[in-house]
Amino acid sequence: MPKEVTDVICPFCGTLCDDIVITVSDDNKTILGVKNACAIGAEKFNHQREPGRVTRPRMRQADGTFKEVSYDEAIDWTAKMLVKSRKTLMYGWASTSCQAMSIGHEIAEKTGAIVDNCATVCHGSSLIAIEDVGVPSCTLGEVKNRADRVIFWGCNPAHAHPRHMSRYSIFPRGFFTVKGHKGRKIYCVDCRYTDTAKCADEFIQVQQGFDYELLNAFRTAARGEALPDTVGGVPREKIYEIVEDLKQARFGVIFFGMGLTHSMGRNHNIDIAINLTRDMNDYTKFAIMAMRGHWNVTGSGQVLGWQYGFPYAVDLSRRDQARHQTGETTSVDLLNRSEVEACFYIATDPGAHFPVDAMISSSRKPTVTIDPHINCTTEISDLHIPVALVGVEVGGCAYRMDNVPIETRKVVEPPEGVLTDEELLTKISKRVDELIAGGGT
Amino acid sequence: MNTVTLTLKKVPELYLECEQVTPDTFAGKTLDQIAGITGYHGKEMPTMGEYFTITGESGATAAETKIVVNGDCTKIKYLGAKMTAGEMVINSACDMYTGAWMKGGKLTVNGDVHSFCGLAMAGGEFIINGNAGNYLGAAYRGDWRGMSGGVLRVKGNAGSDVATFMTGGEMIIGGDVDIHLGTHMEGGKIILKGDANRRIGGQLVKGEIYVFGTINVMLPGYKPVGEVELEVDGTKAKFVDYIGDLGERHPKRKGETVYGHLYMKK
Repeated sequence: MPKEVTDVICPFCGTLCDDIVITVSDDNKTILGVKNACAIGAEKFNHQREPGRVTRPRMRQADGTFKEVSYDEAIDWTAKMLVKSRKTLMYGWASTSCQAMSIGHEIAEKTGAIVDNCATVCHGSSLIAIEDVGVPSCTLGEVKNRADRVIFWGCNPAHAHPRHMSRYSIFPRGFFTVKGHKGRKIYCVDCRYTDTAKCADEFIQVQQGFDYELLNAFRTAARGEALPDTVGGVPREKIYEIVEDLKQARFGVIFFGMGLTHSMGRNHNIDIAINLTRDMNDYTKFAIMAMRGHWNVTGSGQVLGWQYGFPYAVDLSRRDQARHQTGETTSVDLLNRSEVEACFYIATDPGAHFPVDAMISSSRKPTVTIDPHINCTTEISDLHIPVALVGVEVGGCAYRMDNVPIETRKVVEPPEGVLTDEELLTKISKRVDELIAGGGT
Repeated sequence: MNTVTLTLKKVPELYLECEQVTPDTFAGKTLDQIAGITGYHGKEMPTMGEYFTITGESGATAAETKIVVNGDCTKIKYLGAKMTAGEMVINSACDMYTGAWMKGGKLTVNGDVHSFCGLAMAGGEFIINGNAGNYLGAAYRGDWRGMSGGVLRVKGNAGSDVATFMTGGEMIIGGDVDIHLGTHMEGGKIILKGDANRRIGGQLVKGEIYVFGTINVMLPGYKPVGEVELEVDGTKAKFVDYIGDLGERHPKRKGETVYGHLYMKK
């Protein structure tokens, strides 16, 4: 008889919803139904049972086709590639567990590779800003229970984090926010009228690329200084009005996304938004939070930060020291400048997200992709190693966008014989040890 | 002053990291010893002798040593990084971190440089007879202290994020710059002969920026307070004096608030 598994963690976005209910077949092999999840989260569970899933490694042949190989052959090929390469890019990690990352970093240390995660094309600029000026942040629980002014700046949770608004930021009734939506004033700052803007009390349309100027104007207004008539298309009176309203907040929070991190100025937009948050703390309690995308990209930053002191783009090629420089040790720059000799991708799909030039450069190098699915990256790889779906077929630690660690749950068994990320990486690490002991570099 | 000449024999396949190529390391060493100094090429550690033909003679101290580098250095990083005395001339374009953390001496690059050059420079003279990339004279990631001393002169254009967190010294840019010049600046002087794109002096606390050309968009945190006649890098002209960034914190001195100044040539 089918059974229900409750309190399942959704491994899709950084919101890490923890109230998913999954119906599982009595042999523990198939997911029959998903409750509470958003459409994207439900699909993440549902495609576990879709036919055509790759269950054995595939190696590229001379004629361009893939041939099935054993896990042992795949592990040996990967280890040899890592040991031979003078500089390897090990990119991804955002959709696997922190335990698997830790083993991966050990391999990177031994082989002198560069470890980078999806922040490099996402919230990396936020991380640079945090390195520069720090961050006054909070947990999503505090937002739910306390926030009465919520600003969505350059982000669209209605599409990217579908349950964020109902679980934390707009609608829920919390301890000090018993009126729910009615007790909160929601601002949305964007260059487009998004679906999130439809949920906001006030939509401020900023001219594209003028976020820094507008934030600068907010800070200037907060100090009571004069402003030009309009800034980024927003009238001066509106800026003063909003700033005065924010000062009246009991608890304010700014959520920001790609609209700030990937428009002109990048890290500087976040930097000045953090400084506005700091300024607001002269009047009330204010916090700021990045809307992290992949469900465990925050975890990758946490593990790298704990082990090497940098949250992404960590260059371990000198082995005795970790280095980090956005623009130098970041994946896209490494590929565009052909600074690496081999590529190792795990738990992400750079083929779908990186600039074309970077992927053309990548396709010319020996490439291994570890991913449960066939995706754009596997199709330009020399070797595709399938693994179990973390958060569905195997558990492991993940970090929510507010840096709260949550242990994900195993719901069903992986297909027979398919290794988990941890098992696979442990075997690669062991093979690397053997090769190095045998005289590899 | 004795001169050591390095001539590149082969262009590295990846990028060669040569932070040991400075008068400080070369001083008092024989040519054989210099040829045995290692750099980094990925995880390999090749010697300088593998990549360069080395001739001449080094001085007894760094101040008495001059290094001339010839050949295509576009794939070489860290040339002249951390040098404290002596002289270096690079007759080529070069890659990242050229002259980074430089403390003294004179470094001349007869070509373009990539990003992060003159990073956190503290002293000496750094002349770039070409264009510069991003983060020229800026702070290292996460540091709040960028260029703090010395003179950095660029003949051509520079990229974005130039002089971020600058705390002292003087930077002269002959051409144009992209966005974010002197962001978070807390001292020092920037002279820009050409045009600036946008966001000049954002979050600036103290320091002076002189712009001879135009700025596409002036930040709302800047306010004109008058006109002044100044002599800047040998040119006498009338400038409009803006104070700012009014959105940023500013220290007080003798009861008066100290603002940063942005001078726009009339």
